[in-house]
Amino acid sequence: MSAPVLQVENLHVHYQTSAGIVKAVNGVSFQLQKGERLGLVGESGSGKTTTALAIMRMLEGPARIAGGEVILDEIDLLKLSDDEMRMVRFDRISMVPQGAMNSLNPVMRIREQIRDIFEAHGRALARSEVEATIAKLLARVGLRPEVAGMYPHELSGGMKQRVCIAMAIALKPQVIIADEPTSALDVVVQRQVVETLGDVQRELDAAVILVGHDMGLMAQFVDRIGVMYAGRLVELSPVAHVFSSPMHPYARQLISSIPNLEEKRLFKGIPGVAPSLLDPPSGCPFHPRCSEAMARCSVEVPALCETAPDRWVACLLYDEVLSHDPTS
Amino acid sequence: MTPLLEAQHVRKTFLTGGFFKRTETVALNDFSLAIDEQQPIITAIAGESGSGKTTLARLLLGVIVPSSGSVRYKGVDVSSMKRDQWRAFRQDVQAIYQDPFEVYNPFYRVDHVLTTPIAKFKLARTSAEAADLIDATLRKVGLRPEETLGRYPHQLSGGQRQRIMIARALLLRPKIIIADEPVSMVDASLRATVLESLLRLHEEFGISLIYITHDLTTAYQLCRDIKILYRGSVVETGDVEQVIKQPQHPYTQLLVGSIPLPDPSRRWGEDTTTGTRQSDVALTGCLFADRCPRLMDRCTTATPPLFQTSATRATACYLYEGETQASANAFAEQPIANEVS
Repeated sequence: MSAPVLQVENLHVHYQTSAGIVKAVNGVSFQLQKGERLGLVGESGSGKTTTALAIMRMLEGPARIAGGEVILDEIDLLKLSDDEMRMVRFDRISMVPQGAMNSLNPVMRIREQIRDIFEAHGRALARSEVEATIAKLLARVGLRPEVAGMYPHELSGGMKQRVCIAMAIALKPQVIIADEPTSALDVVVQRQVVETLGDVQRELDAAVILVGHDMGLMAQFVDRIGVMYAGRLVELSPVAHVFSSPMHPYARQLISSIPNLEEKRLFKGIPGVAPSLLDPPSGCPFHPRCSEAMARCSVEVPALCETAPDRWVACLLYDEVLSHDPTS
Repeated sequence: MTPLLEAQHVRKTFLTGGFFKRTETVALNDFSLAIDEQQPIITAIAGESGSGKTTLARLLLGVIVPSSGSVRYKGVDVSSMKRDQWRAFRQDVQAIYQDPFEVYNPFYRVDHVLTTPIAKFKLARTSAEAADLIDATLRKVGLRPEETLGRYPHQLSGGQRQRIMIARALLLRPKIIIADEPVSMVDASLRATVLESLLRLHEEFGISLIYITHDLTTAYQLCRDIKILYRGSVVETGDVEQVIKQPQHPYTQLLVGSIPLPDPSRRWGEDTTTGTRQSDVALTGCLFADRCPRLMDRCTTATPPLFQTSATRATACYLYEGETQASANAFAEQPIANEVS
């Protein structure tokens, strides 16, 4: 396998609150291959968005990266200065944020907002090429060239979302992070936007991290899924495996809780409540809700280990399968 | 026999635009529905944003008044009820809203939303009786009172908060619950528990449920009947099994085809029919004509009525005109509970 385009190593993010330190991301590690689509799923508060923002170095307020490495092209993004990081964003790694359509500047035309990206990265477009470049970019996400002259309020939600994708790909980054890019959209528009994202990803041969909790969308779009729980990755496997034979007990319950069009009135929730990250349970964070918890589970924190080729799970049930991994 | 809740040819328009240039937007057009007290059912109203779903919920709850047509409860027009009739209606027809965060006052403990209706509708004589009632009701929606009461809204999950709203509705022993997107803001893993609570109310207490949603999968899971709304009009209605598995209207087909199935081996096909909605401007003819892959000449000249295509379903599309079995008008006035028998 070729060298990964993005490598996240033992990432920790803490939120400093008046009640104490919240460990929102607690030792997350994964690699992203060129051209790969990775899905990050988990319930709200599991740390998926925080992970995405930490990779982009876009955390604000009480959040602080408490440790780890984010290596893009042999450079650790966490060691760059703010100015250096600003040049990396959009250029090599970009993000379509949650509710991205509200991130557009309401008083600037789309053309100016896209042109800004080029200028801010020292690639100002010559006046003669502005129209053609922007039209080409908009066409790539399925928008008419007239959109360049419009203000955000003149566009529908799906169109705004596509403008955000166009901005994210303007400088041809190697990695695109999309955080719930379609959560406010209707199914028909959602499908169009996701397919647009897939098309441009293929054209650029970029890698995509899709963050969200819509398992249907994950099944349709990604190659691999990382399941997060209480700030940790608990399973990381190819999408077909996660859906057909999930390994971690949480992943199994997550999969069986998805409503489908095959059986009616079969509502299976996940019993219990997500743990407080202020005062997480000892040992495996899932053990209070786990139907297969053993005595060890409340003491030992399971590490994410490869139990079969390309299938990673953090659960003591699979402990005997593997050679003991001292790093945790 | 008079249906319990009935909407007859309800139309609601809003005026938009400035002082000089006002335009009329049709939020809901010719909507009819009837719920029979003897045959409680769960019916879904599905559509994308802007299809008139929430307008419909507010009309059925009597919060807004139809521009034409009527909403009747036990035969009485909801907009002209006497005080005691209105009070009974407010007790019998309960609402559950989309956002389980916004409906709570963050400064009050969650107990407040349960004690208020008890006091207001005099559901208990003593405070001990009220406490017992709250206890029992919370258990009915799968909540443990000791883990719920005395807490502030922010200390509970979205699913718990939404189940408290269901408990609140249940306290009043309603006959009908109108749930407007009750799970769209609840975490996917908690959706099942909220939907299960709703289903249990229907099965155990015979409460009819009007489930308003954009999510066809949960509509399929929960409901027996479904009405698909597009730009304020019902384009397809009938048995949910048939409508979802063999959609007839091209719009329903588009919707069903866009559902992201949770199965990586069955990904979306290549057929991205579509186009997006061009404008809100009133068109003559079928409202879906500008997006329809099976457009015919007549579609742009006259609005298709609902053609009854079988005993249990009807579709507002000229493709099914030949299959009609009964007059469309006769169908529209059939109570929904009688469509399937």
